[in-house]
This record gives sequence, structure tokens and C-alpha cells, in this order.
Amino acid sequence: MSHVLVIYTDDEPGVLTRVAMLFRRRGFNIHSLTVGPTERVHVSRMTVVVDTDEATARRAVEHLRKLVNVLEVQQLGHGRNVVRDLALLRVSTRQGRSEVLQLVQVFRANVVDIADDSVVIECTGSLGKIEALVDSLRPFGILELGRTGAVAMARGERSEASNRLAASAVEAPGSSGAMSV
Amino acid sequence: MDRTGAQIIWECLLREGVETVFGYPGGAILPTYDAMTEYPIRHVLVRHEQSAVHMADGFARASGRTGVVVATSGPGATNLVTGLATAMLDSIPLVAITGQVGSGLLGTDAFQEVDITGITLPITKHNYLVTRAQDIAPAIREAFAVATSGRPGPVLVDITKDAQQGRATLDWEGAAPTRHLRHIPPSPKQVDLDRALAMINAAQRPVILAGHGIQLSGARAEVLALAELAQIPFAETLLGLGAVPASHVLSLGMMGMHGESWVNQAIQEADLLIALGMRFDDRVTGRLKEYAPNALKIHVDIDASEINKLVPVDVPLGGDLKQVLQAMLPAVKAADHTPWLERIRSWRGDSAVRDIKNLPDDGHLYAAHVMHDLWKITKGEAVVVTDVGQHQMWEAQYYHHDGERSLITSGGAGTMGFALPAAIGAKLARPEAEVWVVAGDGGFQMTFAELMTAVQEGVKVNIAVINNGYLGMVRQWQALFYEGRYAATPILSPDFVKLAEAFGIHGQRVDKRSDLAVAVALARQQPGTALIEFKVEQEDSVYPMVAAGAALHDMIRRPSPSPIAETGSDPV
Ligand SMILES: Cc1ncc(C[n+]2csc(CCOP(=O)(O)OP(=O)(O)O)c2C)c(N)n1
Ligand SMILES: [Mg+2]
Repeated sequence: MSHVLVIYTDDEPGVLTRVAMLFRRRGFNIHSLTVGPTERVHVSRMTVVVDTDEATARRAVEHLRKLVNVLEVQQLGHGRNVVRDLALLRVSTRQGRSEVLQLVQVFRANVVDIADDSVVIECTGSLGKIEALVDSLRPFGILELGRTGAVAMARGERSEASNRLAASAVEAPGSSGAMSV
Repeated sequence: MDRTGAQIIWECLLREGVETVFGYPGGAILPTYDAMTEYPIRHVLVRHEQSAVHMADGFARASGRTGVVVATSGPGATNLVTGLATAMLDSIPLVAITGQVGSGLLGTDAFQEVDITGITLPITKHNYLVTRAQDIAPAIREAFAVATSGRPGPVLVDITKDAQQGRATLDWEGAAPTRHLRHIPPSPKQVDLDRALAMINAAQRPVILAGHGIQLSGARAEVLALAELAQIPFAETLLGLGAVPASHVLSLGMMGMHGESWVNQAIQEADLLIALGMRFDDRVTGRLKEYAPNALKIHVDIDASEINKLVPVDVPLGGDLKQVLQAMLPAVKAADHTPWLERIRSWRGDSAVRDIKNLPDDGHLYAAHVMHDLWKITKGEAVVVTDVGQHQMWEAQYYHHDGERSLITSGGAGTMGFALPAAIGAKLARPEAEVWVVAGDGGFQMTFAELMTAVQEGVKVNIAVINNGYLGMVRQWQALFYEGRYAATPILSPDFVKLAEAFGIHGQRVDKRSDLAVAVALARQQPGTALIEFKVEQEDSVYPMVAAGAALHDMIRRPSPSPIAETGSDPV
């Protein structure tokens, strides 16, 4: 069963190592991990998809809360989330460029580069959609595939975690900025 | 005022209330050592950096204060690793400061450059790499805050040589830490408190599992109030010994692998377990599937990630133990569990026939005798610092600890070599206390160079080396589970009396129980550190024993009748 965790952390060198180390150390299986900036300066946001049972996912949350650099952790409920992955695929067009382009249209993906006998396709979507596109294109020959891993957000109102984060914005930014490992 | 980074380090330590640090100098930390002489802080020069951490650890365990370590980069820093892991597993607040190569050299494999923050990531609560003088104060202040808040633990601050040499203004207020309080303490939900209370008030066969968290939270009075009010007996983990008094009528004794048989049986038959500041380590649960099958379980711990980690519980109470108990106590109903207490007492009677006090002296010296007699002679009032092995378990069984912080031992890591340095640290923290080292012939040989540290620092500890000629605990496993093949467990020792002499301390050898009291008295009278080698029965084993992976009630008992006891019974 996959669980989606959203982790807000200090934007400091080494924080990714701390989070990754925690998952490795506790034997939690990471399916994907993405990290990037947020609406607040000095705060990063990670989306981690883990393959595990509910109890283990909850323990992962408690472990993450123990990291000094973690501001908030949110475990997304099932079904009520927007989960998006970006894929870039270089696909051979030797067996028919038009068929490939047709599939691109069906999946509402984009062609972002064209070479003599291949194209680069960009596709954003749920994990399922991307997997379906990959499966459909496989017979044509996928020469290269790169995926970002999931970025996720709960649907509906602003999440409690994000609210708490905004409320704590007055908190002095980590005074020891940019020196943690 | 403008200061060097090195001065800021000492100034911060002073303001954190530090009076003693344990360390060893070297190139990358030299600027800091050079500045040290300007500050009224005692530096204890160790003989190996691992011992510096154990000393700081013993200092912290004995006093509740934060232990401080200073070491240089590279090998100085890597020598800290075992000590940090030991402190991490037992939740001991430490701050270790290491020198690092200049920031311009970071990442170049410079002389004595080691990525110590990378290495210590999983064995510290948090760590820092500081490359500028102005970042030193915030890092050190936060390090102390992190080390002591929530579930305590070690923190490492790695400071480059140029940061120590650079200049900055010390802005103490501006460096006040905040991040350590982001998630602690967790507070339990009211519904869960209510459910816990309902279970406690309805229980027929309740048992409190008393752990190290009682000590760390300072919750002894609350735990005893709960136990006395509802007449709930309590069993201790190894690190829970002394957190609650052994002589209390409701105290059952130690649980687990070498716990008392009646204690393990009580846990297995309980209808309610109230786990207070303990973490269901495999050494106390035995096989998880068969652990306390009839009991509802309430678990109070400040570290919410410990709850439901190994044993699924019915009521999770994440929070500070003292606060949680204070919230619950007004609603706890007075109860009478006489039938349950009687039943446990009857199991206890079954062990009494094997008790050391009820058996004649057969002329041999047994480690258990040594512990029992030492407990009697010191009236149970010493601070005992044990190493790891059979002697550690016998100490836990036969030296009954009433006082808080009176047993110092490496529980989670089981680090051999811990005792002597930790005892030196403990004595420095509590100079008025009588401190005893109880170490095996194996573990003592790992760190006995620290005898010289004790001499140089004028520290008096009393040392009992339990010499059985073996790495006894491993030999015991070989005897029980490897058909007696003693691979690499016979161990030779130097002449400990001569060794003591070489270090300039008092040394004695005892091989008869009848000589014990006189030797102990003589050792206690010495103004300086004194060592007694006890030559004990070589192939004795610790009983009872729950084999690794066996169910908790499935205990290997001492073959009876036996010349010596299985475990100590009532501490009278
Ligand atoms: C640093 C370290 N190495 C190895 C072990 C494994 N070990 C646990 S107990 C033990 C034997 C200890 O022998 P000794 O110090 O003589 O004590 P005894 O068991 O004989 O009382 C060993 C080797 C350990 N706990 N720590
Ligand atoms: Mg031995």
C-alpha cells in the first residue's frame, strides 16, 4: 500500500540526507521522493511516497517529527489528493511517427523535441496515467525515460499542516541557518 | 565585544553552566584548547576519546546534567563513535565538540579530515557543521537545547579551524534556540487519558513496567503515587533500576532476559500493563507474539515513535511522563489487588529456596556473592557503574538500588569498556558519592588505561574486577546454544594487583568469600582509586534466562539444588 507524506523542512544543506537516512535506517521503502521550494522562504517541501502499511507510515511520521529540521509532516489521506508526476520520454519514431503522435494526443501529453527518428514527450499526470502512457509507447521503443517522482497536495481547504506553518511564520527563522549538515 | 570563535565556544559552555569537559587535543581543535586556559572550566584529559564520551555520559547519568566532550578532527572524532552510539541508545544528553579542518579544505581529503557529521548522523539526535565564527553560538545553544529536550540524546558540533580562529560578536540572546520545541512534548488526547484511567480502575492484575523515562522525566513521586494508590506492583527494566526504589513493597524486581522468574510470570499473566518510559526492547519482551497475551497495554512515552513500534498498544499516551501522570492521578481510584499480589508472592517463594541467602558457603567465590556482599556492606547506597556481561546482570539481580541515579550501565548498546570511564565521570559529577566500578576481566581490559586519568585527576573510584577468565556472557551462550565450543572466549588478564601498582593505585586480590569484607573495607579507606580483583567461579552462568527469541515465560532455570542462588529475592 502506498502512502503519501508531505514534509516541510528548513531549506538547509543536508536536510535531504537526514530525511533519506531516516527512511533507510528504519527500513521504510521509498517509492519516490521529491523536494522543492514552497510559498515560504527558507522552507522546503518534500513529497515522499512510501510502500508500507498504515501503522508503519504513521511511525514514519513520528520519526520525521523528531528531526530538528522538520517543521511539519502531513500524511495525506487516500483518494482526496492531487498527486502528479512528470515524465520525459524519448521514443523512437522509426515504426511510425504518426502513431506515436496520436498516443501523445490521447494522453494529453506534449512533444517537446523532435529529432530525425525520435521525439521527446513530456507528460504530467497521476502515477497511473504516466504508467499507462509508458506501457502504450513501449512497443515503439522507449530510448530514454526520466520521471520526477510524485508531488502531492490534498484537495479542498488548505491543509492543517500548511495552516500551522503560516501561523508559526512569526517564529524566528532557524538562527543556525545554513550550517546544519 | 569581539571574540574569537574559540573564545565563543568556552563562553557559551560557561553560560550553559558547564564546569567540566572531557577531551583530548589535536591540530584542528588547537585554537579552542589555546583559549581554554582563560576560562574557569575543568578539562579532564582522557587516554582515548571513546572514554571521554563515556565519562561525559557517566557524568550526565549521575547528575542529570549535560555531559560535554571535546576532540580533534579525523581519528579524534571517529574515536567518539561508540560513545555517542551508547549515549544515543540510552537517551543521554551530551554535547560533543569536534575540531574540523579549515573550511577551504572541506571535501578535499585534507590531513585528518573526516566527515564526522555524516558518520554520526544516525547516532546523534542532531549535528552541526559550523564554518563561521558567528554561527558558533547559535549552534552550541541549540545543541544543548536539543540534547536535553524531549527524549534526551547526544548532539555533535563540528567546528572548522578557521571558525575557531575567526572573530565575531557573541549575541547570546540572538542565539536563543527555538527549533528544538517544534514537536515536543507531544500531549496525549483527553479521550486516551480517559480510556487509560478506565482500564487502570478496572484492572484485576495490573503491572507497571518502570523504565528509564521515569528517571529522565523526574517522575518517581508520581509513579509511586499511582502504584500505591491503586496497589499496582511494578517491574523494572535494567535502566529503570533505581528510578523507583527496589525496597518498596510493590517493587517486583527486574524484568526480561535475566529478570526474576516471578516478574516475567507476572507480566505474562497480567491483565493490564502500564508501560512508563520504557520501549519494549527485545531484551525485555522475549518473543513478541507471545508477550503478555492477556494484557491490555497503556504506553506512556515522550517519544511518540516508540509507541506501537514493537508491541501494539491499546492506549498510546505520547507525552512527558510526569505531566501525563499528574493529569491522571486525581482520577485514579484507590484499589486493592491483594489476591494478585499474593499470587506473585507465591511465585517468588518458589525462587527463595534457590536464594543465595539461604544457601551455605561452599568455599567457592561466586560473582553473585560479591554483588550481594557489596550491596550489604555499602548499605545499598553506592553509585554502581557496571560494564557489560554476566557481572552486569548479577549486579542488577543482587545489588538492590533504592536511590535515583545509583546504577549506571550501558543498556541499549551494551558497550564493553564503559564502566571505568563512566565511573570517573560519575564521581566528578557527584564527588560526595561512593562510586563502585563493577567490570569483567574482558571489558576492564578495553579501557583500563583510564586508571591513569583517575590518578592524574585525583579521582577516587573503587573498582571490582570480576575475573572469571572468560568473556563470560558469550561463553554462557556458547555453553547453552553452541554445544560448549568456547571459541575465542577464554581470556587472559594481566596481574591486576601489579597493574594497580604500576598505575600507582591500591590493588588487592580476593578468591574467598571470607576475605571479601576486609578487602572492601580497605579499598574504601584508600584516599585514591582502589582496585580489587575477585577471582570467581569460571564457568558459572546467569539464571534465569529467557533465550533470545523465546517467550518471556519460557525461562531456563538454574539447575537445582545448586550451590548458589538463581536470583536474589526480597531485598532485606
Ligand atoms: C565492545 C563490545 N564488544 C563485544 C561485546 C559482546 N559481549 C557482550 S558480553 C561479552 C563478554 C564480557 O566479558 P567480561 O567483560 O569478562 O564480563 P563477564 O561476562 O565475564 O562478566 C562480550 C564479548 C560487547 N558487548 N561490547
Ligand atoms: Mg569475564
